[in-house]
Amino acid sequence: MSSQNHLTKEQKLNSKLFELSVEQVPIRSGFGEGLVLAADEDRNIVGLCADLVESTKMLAFAEKYPERFIELGVAEQNLAGVASGLAAMGKIPFITSYAMFSPGRNWEQIRTTITYNNRPVKIVGSHAGVSVGPDGGTHQALEDIAIMRVLPRMMVVVPCDALEANRATRAIAKTNDPTYLRLAREKTPIITTNDSLFKLGQANMLWEDEKPAVVIIACGPLVYNALQAARKLLPEGVGVTVINNHTIKPLDNKTILSEVKRTGAVVTVEEHQQAGGLGSAVAELLATNYPVPMEFVGVKDEYGQSGTPAELIEKYELGTEAIIEAVQKVLTRK
Amino acid sequence: MDHLTDEKILSLIAQANQIRQSIIEMLLVAGSGHTAGPLGMADIFTYLYFHKLKHNPKQPDWPERDRLVLSNGHICPVLYATMAHAGYFPLADLTTLRKLGSKLQGHPHREWLPALETSSGPLGTGLSQAVGMALALKLDQGRTSEQMVYCLMSDGEFECGNTWEAMMLAGKQGFHNLVVIIDRNNIQISGFTEEVMPLEPLRTKLESFNWHVIEIDGHNFEAIDAAVGQAKAVFNKPTAIIAHTIPGKGVADFERRFEWHGKPPNAAEGKMALKELRTLGGKIKSEHE
Repeated sequence: MSSQNHLTKEQKLNSKLFELSVEQVPIRSGFGEGLVLAADEDRNIVGLCADLVESTKMLAFAEKYPERFIELGVAEQNLAGVASGLAAMGKIPFITSYAMFSPGRNWEQIRTTITYNNRPVKIVGSHAGVSVGPDGGTHQALEDIAIMRVLPRMMVVVPCDALEANRATRAIAKTNDPTYLRLAREKTPIITTNDSLFKLGQANMLWEDEKPAVVIIACGPLVYNALQAARKLLPEGVGVTVINNHTIKPLDNKTILSEVKRTGAVVTVEEHQQAGGLGSAVAELLATNYPVPMEFVGVKDEYGQSGTPAELIEKYELGTEAIIEAVQKVLTRK
Repeated sequence: MDHLTDEKILSLIAQANQIRQSIIEMLLVAGSGHTAGPLGMADIFTYLYFHKLKHNPKQPDWPERDRLVLSNGHICPVLYATMAHAGYFPLADLTTLRKLGSKLQGHPHREWLPALETSSGPLGTGLSQAVGMALALKLDQGRTSEQMVYCLMSDGEFECGNTWEAMMLAGKQGFHNLVVIIDRNNIQISGFTEEVMPLEPLRTKLESFNWHVIEIDGHNFEAIDAAVGQAKAVFNKPTAIIAHTIPGKGVADFERRFEWHGKPPNAAEGKMALKELRTLGGKIKSEHE
């Protein structure tokens, strides 16, 4: 079977997905476009930024709705608290910075003023993962999923491409949940289309196989690498399924357990520390429900460094080859 | 309502005394909690809840109410006692302070007591939230609204970086509707503020952040009233009222001693304190003796 036959039909994915000419757009740009659309519909949406309005892509919103945009300067602790106060008055605040600084720097303010108070603040952390590139390790958030998903009530969403980020932004604007939306800096391939399925809390199967031996559960831009890995494993006779797990909390237990029972082996993939992120969330589910051999593609308890995104993805063993190796390893443990 | 008559002042003094007694009673039952701050701020809480605030204890979520944010949540015995006396919930509930399942959590949590505007305890986060509330009012109602946001803070919170981030934004916004009342009692848990981390010259610091600053005796109702009135009249700046208070105010043995910041009275100390409050320091005979 060709690669296209393995792509889940109902998902209506980008038909050029596996072509070299596949369109590449930064995930953060999808957020910027989605925020304007959400704000067009709901006048209670306000945008707050800590001196990174251009690079977090809040600029289009700020230019269209200057009266609803608040620049707070380099003050991420205040960013969280002010947003909580606005939400207490009925606003839906989106707060943006780099993930290292929000939620990295202001975790306690997020806990006390947003989740403990149960306020519908949308925390948007851009520039997550090693693919930030040359800025180096200080700016590469690798712990943000962990520190957000341990907070009671916090929804955690990691879109796989710019289109999904656009739809995720509009979807989280309509819920009353405190939410963390994780974005990446670099241009990455467009995987989905506007006709693809997207529902918060519902994992999407993107790649199917009649007799899959492993399920790959991925989030963020590495979903593309997971699909590439699935494709390259075909000639080797290894069938897998690939799940785009965009909502890490609440986790789609049903879809994940169903695929794990079908395959009996799991590989998780994320641009995050192996500890505490998507892989940990899946492991927690499986340990208490259906333990099977599992491998984690993620950063191994270390910090990033400067380099090109491609170099860093390879160096920290997060890319297509690393996923293939993880699949082969987990197969030996079945 | 707005005019503070002599008669009203007398009633506020009596009310504050009742609230101080409730604070001691609560702490005695709880067996833990803070004593000095709540007693020191009893007059300001009494003034706000029994004279100044636009609020409705029978409809706590009334949209047009003023907002009161308590930033230093550890002085919540005074907040809870004042709210109970104002009619938000029965006085009998005060004895549940710090007990399992109580609406009166050791530090305020609005989910247990929905009449609270916010939860607090970790220091330095209240002003940011008050700024957010003032911003929302400014966005919705422009610069002429009557609705006010009051933020009550401790002096120790001006050691927190978060506080100054919020001060800077409020100064930038030039709020007409934000009033901060700082409990300048000069103590914190480890000692006197100027020894732990000097805050002075506090007034100059606040003014340099584009705030209007007023200093008052925090136990003088006329002074409190004049300061809040002035704060509401200042149109283009937020106002900080530095309220000089006596920690432990009302019980001579507790006054001015930082040791009383974070502990409750024991049974004997509590009995003595209640007697002192009920007899107005021995000036009258208490019928409770």
